[in-house]
Amino acid sequence: MATTDKEVNELIKREYEHGFVTEIESDTFEPGLNEDVIARLSAIKKEPQWMLDWRLKAYRRWLEMDEPDWAHVGYPKVDYNSISYYSAPKRKEDMPQSLDEVDPELLKTYEKLGIPLHEREKLAGVAVDAVFDSVSVATTFKEPLAKAGVIFCSISEAIQDYPELVQKYLGTVVPHGDNFFAALNSAVFSDGTFVYVPKGVRCPMELSTYFRINAANTGQFERTLIIAEDSSYVSYLEGCTAPMRDENQLHAAVVELVALDDAQIKYSTVQNWYPGDENGKGGIFNFVTKRGACIGKNSKISWTQVETGSAVTWKYPSCVLRGDNSVGEFYSVALTNNFQQADTGTKMVHLGKNTSSTIISKGISAGKSSNAYRGLVKFGPGAEGARNFTQCDSLLIGDRCGAHTFPYIESKNKSAIVEHEATTSKVSDEQMFLCRQRGIEPEQAVSMIVNGFCKEVFKELPMEFAVEAGKLLEVSLEGSVG
Amino acid sequence: MLSIKNLHASVEGKEILKGINLEIKAGEVHAIMGPNGSGKSTLSQVLAGNEAFEVTEGEVTLNGENLLELETEERAREGIFLAFQYPVEIPGVSNLQFLRTAVNAMRQHKGEGEMNAAEFMKLAKEVSKQVDLDPAFLKRGVNEGFSGGEKKRNEIMQALLLQPKLAILDETDSGLDIDALQVVSNGVNALRAEDRAILMVTHYQRLLNHIVPDYVHVLAGGKIVKSGGRELALELEERGYGWLGIKDEEAANSAN
Repeated sequence: MATTDKEVNELIKREYEHGFVTEIESDTFEPGLNEDVIARLSAIKKEPQWMLDWRLKAYRRWLEMDEPDWAHVGYPKVDYNSISYYSAPKRKEDMPQSLDEVDPELLKTYEKLGIPLHEREKLAGVAVDAVFDSVSVATTFKEPLAKAGVIFCSISEAIQDYPELVQKYLGTVVPHGDNFFAALNSAVFSDGTFVYVPKGVRCPMELSTYFRINAANTGQFERTLIIAEDSSYVSYLEGCTAPMRDENQLHAAVVELVALDDAQIKYSTVQNWYPGDENGKGGIFNFVTKRGACIGKNSKISWTQVETGSAVTWKYPSCVLRGDNSVGEFYSVALTNNFQQADTGTKMVHLGKNTSSTIISKGISAGKSSNAYRGLVKFGPGAEGARNFTQCDSLLIGDRCGAHTFPYIESKNKSAIVEHEATTSKVSDEQMFLCRQRGIEPEQAVSMIVNGFCKEVFKELPMEFAVEAGKLLEVSLEGSVG
Repeated sequence: MLSIKNLHASVEGKEILKGINLEIKAGEVHAIMGPNGSGKSTLSQVLAGNEAFEVTEGEVTLNGENLLELETEERAREGIFLAFQYPVEIPGVSNLQFLRTAVNAMRQHKGEGEMNAAEFMKLAKEVSKQVDLDPAFLKRGVNEGFSGGEKKRNEIMQALLLQPKLAILDETDSGLDIDALQVVSNGVNALRAEDRAILMVTHYQRLLNHIVPDYVHVLAGGKIVKSGGRELALELEERGYGWLGIKDEEAANSAN
């Protein structure tokens, strides 16, 4: 029925809420990338020699690499010399010592983003590490975490204060030459988050980081490293936004997770980078490498992502299941609208005995967007008794969008078991008619149907963020609500 | 309450309704019968505002208001309820959430406050018992994995919750065994009220043994060819449609 398409088209025309620019003074490097720029960056951060050496090694490797072109996305070539590789809010004094000393303009930005730090501290019990452009602005909740022995700080601080931990684990999950974007990140990462949970400790609260790209022509290259020692547990959430700009901005992050014996890491992402306008102009290029290593036996890493933003997304949060009986999970909702393109999925690499993995992917395409799931399930020769379950569902809204599924399975062990289910469906005219006949507004109906479709993934998110994710989908789909 | 004058409607350029005239007053129960393809379901879809059908001529008013100008959801809020012949599934959306959203949309329209989850749960549990549905159904996805009979009971439950002015029941008896038919009929009879009208569309007389109509109309070839009281249905059962000058096949051909 043509009418539903028309309605839906109106619904999905919406404004980006977080498209404001914060007027603050910032120190920004001239655009361009060379060894001097990297040395300057490293010097500003007062990094030790080993860190600079590692960056340069990655840079030299990157120079020899080609940008990958196998993903089901198309975008204009990025000129890596037109990007500024460092931008930091200029501080009136020195570094802020507490929240009260943080630039009020910055705090207002976070208010607009809906993350009032003060309130979060009190109400939600969430420790927030807020990364603004390239530096970490304020980390809340340090004290109670310190009491539990949990280290939660910016990666820059960690390089200063816990060099032996950083040196031991950095690049062990995603090596400096892993891929084009990971190599670039390794060379120029400006900040990010570091989490260390000691043996036997259950992290007393959800840890959370908000990223925001503010300055024009800057790239954001954050680096996150999370280490969970034996029998520890941590749940971590990141949220991302960026202002509206006509030009594309690059975001090339690397996240490494390390889980030792019996440890569990739950990593959730709510990604709402600026997707570009309704004609496909502007928006973030989100080229991210996320990987977790279940090194220890019985360890578990669980990725949950809600991806609604970015012009182009290239992202495959993966698990290397090395420890026997280790478990990898990937729960994903990826929504694309207008001209957005997403090529996202996961890799589950089974190396240990009786390792198991679950993949639940929900792709929603609207407008003229393209949404691809790409997943690899691999069983090594030693993956005796390993198993994977994959469920891959696509929902189409309107008739001008596309959904694609690229599952790859490689098995070198005969005892491994793989199950794969895939469906493609549409928000049907009958569903819309049923909802409307019961008095429900069309936009509320679309949002309800889409939320129902995503339910299996949302239930994996921490409670307060599940609500947020539902609202985010609503905003991403609707014209007026939100 | 409902006044239909010379209503013509078509789907994909093909005329299905060819001049329907019908007056329904508050408190009345009307049954529309007719052979397959006569336009019965089309009439109910058009009244509810399914945009797949185009109204080409005529007028429909509800309490004096032009119904055809209203969007589907506006008609619903004005009190038009359609119990679907084939209710569609909405996976992942719980029945409870769906029903509460609908009830609150109606309440908001009437200027009443929204019902919170706890209040609504209590109400929904009571109503689900009226149609012999286990309250556990409320937590399942809308029509997801429901049997045919469960879907129909679910439709009637929704009517009981939403308390419409005009309830249109589209082949609510189809696919029901005799016990389920009794349960559904009880639900419909509970809906009967002085300020409410019911329009039943059915192929079979047997439903009318359980829900006794005030008027019976025979629809054929997109027109009402005969109207009468309860006894007309019995006569149809006995004599078929032939004595009215229509055959099932003929009617089907003229509509298609």
